[in-house]
Amino acid sequence: MTVLRVLGRKPWIWSFLATIIVWLVTVFFTGGASAIGLSQAALTFAAFSVIVGIGQMFVITLGPGNIDLSVPATMTLAGTLALKLMNVEDAMIVPGLLVSILIGLGIGIGNYALIKLLRIPPIIATLSMSFIIQSTAIWSNRGLRIKPPEQLADFATSGFFGVPNVAIVALLVSLLAWVLLERTIYGRWISAIGQSMFAARMAGIPVDGTRLASFSGGAALNMGAEYLLMSIAVVIIGGTAVAGGDSNVPGIWGASLFMFLVVSMLNTYGFGAGPRLVLTGLIIIAVILIAGGRPTGGR
Amino acid sequence: MMRPSSSTLRLLIPALSLAVLLIAVFYLQPRAMSYVGLNLLFNLAVPIALATIAQMLIMSVNDLDLSMGTFVSFIACVAATYLQSAPLFGILILVAAVAVYAAMGVIIYVRDLPSIVVTLGMSFVWGGFAVLLLPAPGGTAPDWARWLMTSKPPLVPMAIVASVVIALVSHFIVMRSSFGVLIRGVGGNQRSLQRAGWSVVTLRAAAYALAGFFAVLSGIALVGLTTSADANIALRYTLLSIAGVILGGGEFIGGRVSPVGAVIGALTLTLAGSFLSFLRISPDWQIGAQGAILIIVLALRLLLNRVEKREKHS
Repeated sequence: MTVLRVLGRKPWIWSFLATIIVWLVTVFFTGGASAIGLSQAALTFAAFSVIVGIGQMFVITLGPGNIDLSVPATMTLAGTLALKLMNVEDAMIVPGLLVSILIGLGIGIGNYALIKLLRIPPIIATLSMSFIIQSTAIWSNRGLRIKPPEQLADFATSGFFGVPNVAIVALLVSLLAWVLLERTIYGRWISAIGQSMFAARMAGIPVDGTRLASFSGGAALNMGAEYLLMSIAVVIIGGTAVAGGDSNVPGIWGASLFMFLVVSMLNTYGFGAGPRLVLTGLIIIAVILIAGGRPTGGR
Repeated sequence: MMRPSSSTLRLLIPALSLAVLLIAVFYLQPRAMSYVGLNLLFNLAVPIALATIAQMLIMSVNDLDLSMGTFVSFIACVAATYLQSAPLFGILILVAAVAVYAAMGVIIYVRDLPSIVVTLGMSFVWGGFAVLLLPAPGGTAPDWARWLMTSKPPLVPMAIVASVVIALVSHFIVMRSSFGVLIRGVGGNQRSLQRAGWSVVTLRAAAYALAGFFAVLSGIALVGLTTSADANIALRYTLLSIAGVILGGGEFIGGRVSPVGAVIGALTLTLAGSFLSFLRISPDWQIGAQGAILIIVLALRLLLNRVEKREKHS
């Protein structure tokens, strides 16, 4: 009982536990044949959710009501502009990546300015911002050659000893985020006061765009849309408290893997889109019900 | 001189921005200044206003509903299928949906869960059911809903009449009835309500159920307007409803909401769309301009708030 209680205090345990269960169920169903392929796919796709999720986590940690709704639009814009600049030339990869990071930074600062100077609630500020960004993306998307340079695509789709490169990148990013949050004064500030929103926004958001663009083989206009809900869900299932002040990097990994595995499990069982959505929702709620909730008697 | 109360001031800004937008639209397109024109301008605002009221009820107990859009879509699908072909069964589904909302309110409180996550999960569920009901766009609106939404009362267009009725009814429920005061009390100071002997669980369940009810009305009104439904018909409503509440002077926490303001906020958002198409802005930039309008209105609010504060100090 005591072991359970200790583990139960670490919120991220739950998402990993759920991940392992779902993984086992799926592998058993396919007779063990898909174990390696499934793990690789899960790692690859989870990596994207992780990177986006970390950005979102920085924002959510800041306190109640802090959610960044401009993530998908930012990803789209950064991705399209970077690809445009790269122009399918390997030599332009670095400038392209730099530009996309700059765009992320710019939008982060813009969001912050709206929130701080105009005192607009973060949800509304990032929502309005995302409208504007979306327009810019549509406008700049005209005549885009939707293809990343070869080296970048190669890098994004290949792996290192069976571990997808993207997953490694995501791991580095999460390490960085973890160090930033847990081991620096700056991280303490974010957790404690939620005041230095400015830097948090700068740190979190810009990372997402480029990698996604390079992987999916091009930037479609709506590629980021599903990542909005995903990014929020991943962070919260991972155990970051929405009320703020409590962030959790390993949880994001667990949650990302879990979300992908749930979808692929339901796919292997041959469900249609409707039941799959319903079950995904029910599973999310079930996980929250089991894992969430604060210890009784507290507060 | 009698000073206006702070709640009146709170309403002033949304009302002013609506008026300014309306004048701008009339200036650009004088023909809009007619019975038909006004109806066309505000027609789509009715379901949005209802959804905004629903969102406002959730926000008044300090929660946020991210499933509003998919829920309204789901209701629209039910209304266009079962409610039309088998009314009794359809009504049963709608009642069950409202009950689910009440249950959500209970679970969120009892387990102390973040409302954002629970509703996010529910948005998958509603979306899934909607896809099951109507895999492809289709269905037919019930005749009475169609009749209600397209009826032409004398002098004032239906859209305006409906908006005023919605505003009055919700104002009465939320601001005037003791039930409304209690709900806002949950958002303002839950603990003191508890100490006073009220059951917070019941109140939250009631607030959620009422929100579910308004969202059901929103779905039916939407189908009455569009005559058919599809699973993605109202996905925008989640963000529109939140933006509407905020534009109307509501706040995320503290049970500070304004039903009349919420309806005005919904009208403003709808009007902003028409305004932009009258301006002949390239479609590429229309979404962006809508974002800009939101920012401008909120900036104005800040400015007025500052003026108000300065007057108080002096």
